[in-house]
Amino acid sequence: MNVTVTVNGIRYTRDVEPRTLLVYFLREHLGLTGTHVGCDTSSCGACTVLLDGKAVKSCTVLAVQAEGARITTVEGLAQGDQLHPIQQAFWDEHGLQCGFCTPGMMLTAVDLLQRNPDPTEEEIRHALEGNLCRCTGYQHIVNAVRSASRMMREAVGAGGR
Amino acid sequence: MAVTQIFGARVRRREDPRLITGRATYTDDLVLPDLCYAVFVRSPHAHARIRRIDTTRAKAATGVIDVFTAVDLDGKVGTIPTAWLIPNADLKTPPHPPLAKEKVRHVGDAVAVVVACSRDEAYDAAALVEVEYDVLPAVVDMEQALRGDVLVHDGVPQNRAFLWTLAGGDYESAVKEPGVRTLRQRLINQRLIPTAMEPRAVVAQYNTGSGELVVWSTTQNPHILRLLLSATAGIPEHRIRVVAPEVGGGFGSKIAHYPEEAVVAHLAQRLGRPVKWTETRRENYQVTTHGRDHVTDLEVAFRDDGTVVGLRVRTLANLGAYLSTAAPGVPTYLYGLMLSGAYKIPHISCEVVGVFTNTTPVDAYRGAGRPEACYAVERAMDLVAQELGLDPVEVRRKNLIRKEEFPYTVATGLTYDSGDYERALDRALQMLNYAQFRADQAQARRQGRYLGVGFSTYVEVCGLGPSKVVGSTGFQGGLWESALVRMHPTGKVTVLTGTSPHGQGEETTFAQLVAQELGVPLEDVEVLHGDTDAVQWGWGTYGSRTTPVGGTAVYLAAQRVKEKAKRIVAHQLEVSPDDLVFEAGRFHVRGAPDRGMTIQEVALQAYLAWNLPEGMEPGLEAAANWDPSNFVFPFGTHACVVEVDPDTGQVKVLRYIAVDDCGRVINPLIVDGQVHGGVVQGIAQALWEGAVYDANGNLLTGSLSDYAFPKAGWFPTFQTDRTETPTPTNPMGVKGVGETGTIAATPAVVNAVMDALAPFGIRHLDMPLWPEKVWRAIQQAKGGGA
Repeated sequence: MNVTVTVNGIRYTRDVEPRTLLVYFLREHLGLTGTHVGCDTSSCGACTVLLDGKAVKSCTVLAVQAEGARITTVEGLAQGDQLHPIQQAFWDEHGLQCGFCTPGMMLTAVDLLQRNPDPTEEEIRHALEGNLCRCTGYQHIVNAVRSASRMMREAVGAGGR
Repeated sequence: MAVTQIFGARVRRREDPRLITGRATYTDDLVLPDLCYAVFVRSPHAHARIRRIDTTRAKAATGVIDVFTAVDLDGKVGTIPTAWLIPNADLKTPPHPPLAKEKVRHVGDAVAVVVACSRDEAYDAAALVEVEYDVLPAVVDMEQALRGDVLVHDGVPQNRAFLWTLAGGDYESAVKEPGVRTLRQRLINQRLIPTAMEPRAVVAQYNTGSGELVVWSTTQNPHILRLLLSATAGIPEHRIRVVAPEVGGGFGSKIAHYPEEAVVAHLAQRLGRPVKWTETRRENYQVTTHGRDHVTDLEVAFRDDGTVVGLRVRTLANLGAYLSTAAPGVPTYLYGLMLSGAYKIPHISCEVVGVFTNTTPVDAYRGAGRPEACYAVERAMDLVAQELGLDPVEVRRKNLIRKEEFPYTVATGLTYDSGDYERALDRALQMLNYAQFRADQAQARRQGRYLGVGFSTYVEVCGLGPSKVVGSTGFQGGLWESALVRMHPTGKVTVLTGTSPHGQGEETTFAQLVAQELGVPLEDVEVLHGDTDAVQWGWGTYGSRTTPVGGTAVYLAAQRVKEKAKRIVAHQLEVSPDDLVFEAGRFHVRGAPDRGMTIQEVALQAYLAWNLPEGMEPGLEAAANWDPSNFVFPFGTHACVVEVDPDTGQVKVLRYIAVDDCGRVINPLIVDGQVHGGVVQGIAQALWEGAVYDANGNLLTGSLSDYAFPKAGWFPTFQTDRTETPTPTNPMGVKGVGETGTIAATPAVVNAVMDALAPFGIRHLDMPLWPEKVWRAIQQAKGGGA
């Protein structure tokens, strides 16, 4: 059946089997392989994307359920050469090692910072509990989210003046 | 003029831009024309005879290209080899067929493989393969396995894979000396599942015209894989190219050569089409190697003043159903040799029995043998302290090897390179404010709160390793490392390394050390790895060897490039090489700074070759193969503070302090990251992680929703610091740091929990310290006291 979605600002229509999961739709039908598959129980969060602005695990959504939705994947975070603050912060703070969990981790963080622009360390750690990382021990990820939070608040402050 | 110091700087990683933008290519991201997909049909039983496999319905399904069973691979795909043949241990190496033949030996053992035009079609067809089994009793418990009532392999009586012994000093005599007493403790070091976030994957493409096979695999060691594939897939080594693209973590679980790699490579050749296989997480938990799984009977001999005179360990090591690539070496040499820890223990006796069971094969997992040894030794120190009513810090201090005693040869035969163990301990105590903590702890106890502190004054062996030495342990390879540094005509540099980092960041650290040595901008250095067509040779990334061994090869190659450049400058400026000074990327004549050439100018001259010294070959590149004379021995002190809730048994980590010494540090940011990651894995073993099988060999923790994988909210912010004691083993003075966290953290946490539970008279509990276990122990202690 046909599904039409807008991913990273581009509108796509594709014919998919009804059972196709959104993550495989992104990876295999659209070739957007930045979204990863790390488990089969919706536990790891490597496949997290923004669906109409909210973080979802794309292994838990059927492609057809996303009909008409606006999706942001890791490939859509930067504006041209301008990294999104969360990307910049993950780079600056060494928030990644093997990089496999990173796309999902960053999109979950973006969702958090939209809801809570100035989270405490505890709030950050809590918000990231649906995203698993085996490499970093999470500390540099927490630092990165704090740093992104500062950058984004400063940008808003500068824009407001 | 300030010279920029790149070596030692907190440089952001150059790997990151591709990873944070989703532009990195992991194996499963690869798509090739005409690609087809393999799915393995796996046994639901831990132990069974295969009576019949019917592939008729599967073969007729939509999109199916073919279905294969063991019979179809006979004589075409070899058995999966073991590469660590430990000597003098009566090692049994029963065959590991790539697809199970008569018997399946663990849940997940593959019996057939379906190849179809799409992934979904392959999965659909795999469900149509009909397998009839005669289910056999399974053996999971090691002590039961050793009774031999159920045999995993018919040719291995009592399921005993090996019996390995090690003796240093004379333990039996030492315990009889006057004033020496002993204590005993059984320690269970439970089975863990490595869980790299990227599951394994293989893509193979065979060019029927050229006869070349290309294999992309999630491997930590592409050259070893190529070598082993030439044996298992039967394609000559020089016609195979193995590529490790972006690899999403390994932790030892991507060292082994796996059946899927051999089968997929063979199928690509057989079908004349590229084939992809990607592991699901459930498969990852059932078939990718696990780690640890020891049962140890420990006896410690000590004197009343806390001096430890001897250690005797008898360990059963679970190897699972088959001997994985490095499996026999992990619970023997990588374990027994480290049983002296950071201490002067003159008498050590060790016996390890390797046991086959109907479980997933066990091999290296971050630390591989050394965490198990460190756990035994560091628990021993606390048990001695508790027995004598002494402070665990003072017992450690009494036994630590002192700074002036290095190099120090321990009873197991290893010679530790360098160390200042007390300095790291003192620093940790200072960060902790130990005296204050003990006062707070006493105060808290009066209020019914149970705080505890635990220490681990660890040392580990890494930087594997001197080829002659590892050869004497039966490892079927050398562990030297190769590098090539090539300066291009424009002065830009390409570095090729035989190590294969997969998250550790050596594209950055190696660029730093080359930029430092050659005096070129950091961004002018490119580091390539993970492709056997690009890199001459390599033994890969594991055993915290990448920087101390691979990095040293890179360093030496850079030195050779610099040396050649110097001879060219001397020739062109008509001076002696001895009269040249190299500073910030430029050679100049001593005392005449304006007479000189930049290294970039020399590079162009080397390629133009218009005016080179007589007999010198054109070009500016150098290779180096570094074979270290010894291992390296990072060390430090980790301290953990916990609170145990007596009403729930819940353990909360309140503080974690890590003082590590990995010699000279090239990039502190990356070293911090390595420590954090390892510490989390180490804490997780102590408190949460554990693979659980039922009596029939079903893996109950078979998914990420069942296995207690640690999450961000379970940890406080760690406090880290370092001391820096260079090693004399290599010219840069660097030691490895990738495994220190898992080695050090686990006993520190368990010691802390036991310290918290001391008022209840609880002496020891086995990991993982799940709340129920702790709660029951408290209840029992209370009941017993009533």
